[in-house]
Amino acid sequence: MEEAPAQQAHVHAPPEGFLRKYVFSLDHKVIGKQYYALGLLAVCMGMVLSWLMRFHLVWPRTRIPGLELLSKAGAPGGVITPEYYLSLLTMHGTLMVFFVLTNAPFAAFGNYFLPIQIGAEDMAFPRFNMMSFWATLVAFLVLILAFVIPDGPPISGWTSYAPLSAVGKDAGPGMGWGMNLWGISIAIFCIGSLLGALNFIATTLDLRAKGMTLMRMPICTWAWFITSCIALLAFAVLLPACILLILDRTAGTSFFIPSGLVVSDRLQPHSGGSPLLWQHLFWFFGHPEVYIAILPSMGIVSHILINSMRKPLLSARVIIYSMMSIGFLSWMVWGHHMFVSGMNPFSSLLFSFPTLTITIPATMMTLIWLGSLYGANIRISAASLFALGFISMFVSGGVSGFFLAQPSIDIVLHATYFVVGHFHMVMGVASIFGVFAGTYFWFGKMTGRMMNETLGQLHFWLTFVGTYCIFMPFHYLGLVGNVRRYSAFVNDFTGPLMPLHKFITIAALGTGAAQLIFIFNLIYSRYKGAPAPENPWNGTTLEWSIPSPPPWNNFGGKHPVIYHDPYQYNVKGSKGDYIMQDSPEPSAG
Amino acid sequence: MSSTIYEPVRTPPPALGGSKASSVRVAKVLYGAGEASRSGIWVGIFAITMSFAALTSALFVRQGSAADWTHITLPSILYANTLALLVSSATLEMARRAIAAVATMESRAARRGLGWLLATLALGFVFVAGQYEAWRQLATQGLYLATNPNSSFYYVLTAMHGLHVLAGLAALLFVISRLAAKPAALRPSMFEAAATYWHFMGVLWLYVLFVLRTKL
Repeated sequence: MEEAPAQQAHVHAPPEGFLRKYVFSLDHKVIGKQYYALGLLAVCMGMVLSWLMRFHLVWPRTRIPGLELLSKAGAPGGVITPEYYLSLLTMHGTLMVFFVLTNAPFAAFGNYFLPIQIGAEDMAFPRFNMMSFWATLVAFLVLILAFVIPDGPPISGWTSYAPLSAVGKDAGPGMGWGMNLWGISIAIFCIGSLLGALNFIATTLDLRAKGMTLMRMPICTWAWFITSCIALLAFAVLLPACILLILDRTAGTSFFIPSGLVVSDRLQPHSGGSPLLWQHLFWFFGHPEVYIAILPSMGIVSHILINSMRKPLLSARVIIYSMMSIGFLSWMVWGHHMFVSGMNPFSSLLFSFPTLTITIPATMMTLIWLGSLYGANIRISAASLFALGFISMFVSGGVSGFFLAQPSIDIVLHATYFVVGHFHMVMGVASIFGVFAGTYFWFGKMTGRMMNETLGQLHFWLTFVGTYCIFMPFHYLGLVGNVRRYSAFVNDFTGPLMPLHKFITIAALGTGAAQLIFIFNLIYSRYKGAPAPENPWNGTTLEWSIPSPPPWNNFGGKHPVIYHDPYQYNVKGSKGDYIMQDSPEPSAG
Repeated sequence: MSSTIYEPVRTPPPALGGSKASSVRVAKVLYGAGEASRSGIWVGIFAITMSFAALTSALFVRQGSAADWTHITLPSILYANTLALLVSSATLEMARRAIAAVATMESRAARRGLGWLLATLALGFVFVAGQYEAWRQLATQGLYLATNPNSSFYYVLTAMHGLHVLAGLAALLFVISRLAAKPAALRPSMFEAAATYWHFMGVLWLYVLFVLRTKL
């Protein structure tokens, strides 16, 4: 590393005192960890909610001890009511999509590693960075407040379709103050995410070290950058949509509520609104949100695979351009969520084409990963296993997307478990696998101690097999017409499917229990793990050029100078088999 | 895979006059976050534009969704407000030119710049007060947020714009207080960002006015 002639630019002074260091910290690394912790808390809550739902689906009359303490009305005597099932569904979706899939791969890892990977000392606007985390935390607290208020959490699902989401108490339990809290929480979340995205973009554009051209940025930096561009536009649309929804609910306006609407035998005092308008605004955000969840994991996985294979991908550029085109196309496909919403069928057709077009960059990326893996001597570790698992999940979940993108097929499958299986695999589990991979890969850098590999690989196999056991059968259920969102299947044609449902529930409980290994590994390794060297994986990018954990100003007051493309592995004539990005050694080629 | 591509070293923009020590300090800060504030403000403007685009499309969809859209007559004070906001952009530009001369250590220039900035601030407050007066006039006509869809959008759009204007006024206040206390400590990038944002508020208002006046 070369010392730059310019004097060191401290974006902020070294923090002093507990509060400034760990709580109201301006340091992007602490903020990244805070996001990670929030994501971990949210994923645990979301998982418990899914257990409750799965349990209720197959044993609808069995008492769950202690559940009545959570909600007296929702689970009288510990048995979940159909309405409370929907509350759990809403909270599971909202927690997972917003507070896990947006927070963990993007905000957590992005905050921690984006500045380091481009050679910066911190984010461009550390104060905004702190505000974005605290806004997200407040949004989280407001959301889970819905569990403790008498009204309970809303029953509208994470998409909160109008007009029922807009009319208030008449729409059912949780649709009074519970729904208000949901709207307020998501609006605050939007503000936090907008600030975060703005920070990521400005940081990437302006704080790169000398020699760090855009094409020399690691693939995961690119992924975070593209994701922040998508997030900036997506949350900028969801925010006004939430404001309009809140106004419909509290101020008597009629943006989304049509005339003559009768809910619970009561004529609603609204007129002329358009329920489809909410769906358009929501999905204009919602579909890009899917890519906000998955793109960072694609970047992380590429980064880890290259390191584990000890050779560059067939083409890093094609991966980057594919991510860009996925980001671009994500703006033209929102209507494919609305094929059965009463939209003009011609619109459905128009939305179907760009949706199918997305398969092209997605397939290109998959082929590049697989083609690069062909003949590669991959180093097996928990991180690389989860990266491989990501590809598997992405392909298995993505293939069903080909079918769902066509209106004629989607009309049949839309309201079934087929869709549930599709999006859980391709966006939920795949993205989480990226987070697991990133955790096993970077934990040493973040904490100074390595995670336990044996436990990590055990965690991988249990999770990998377990998630397939959970989500593959969903597809079969959907194909035979098992509808989704129902709280129980009693005395109807789904009776013969119950053994499969039971299998899924047992798999879900088992896979969930396997996550305890991960939590244990996190805590154990944090205190008792082997000390992490500076560069445990022989990586080439800048995060491996600094101590583990990095000092508060990342590069210890030096300015790194970048000489190479990010992935100089397997270079003949170099001392090791790799050349660091900031090493003046001549590169291959 | 050549190893000879370097980005040219970015020279930090010059500080606003002051002693050598303070300009080094400013330069140090600038090297870290100076240019980022320029991209930051444009990225922010992009996001705000997106929000208003979403509201615009909502407005057009809502106009077509039912026959209950009654066009309200806009209070004429809005045009006076528009004028105030546009003139404030001009005074801000005068301030920018005056402050550019501060680099030559002319204290009169700093004072002149400060004067123009105060004028901008005053006009900004005139605009906000005028917008409030427009709300009051509509209310006396019996037009409230929930009265009809057009009034709903009127209040939402003007309130959203007004909130952004208030943020701009806060930024202007910050710049003014810095310039009044110690001009050398004011980062040019901070001033530029605040100025860009304020001009954008004027453009955004013209757009909102256009949307509100449009009758489909």
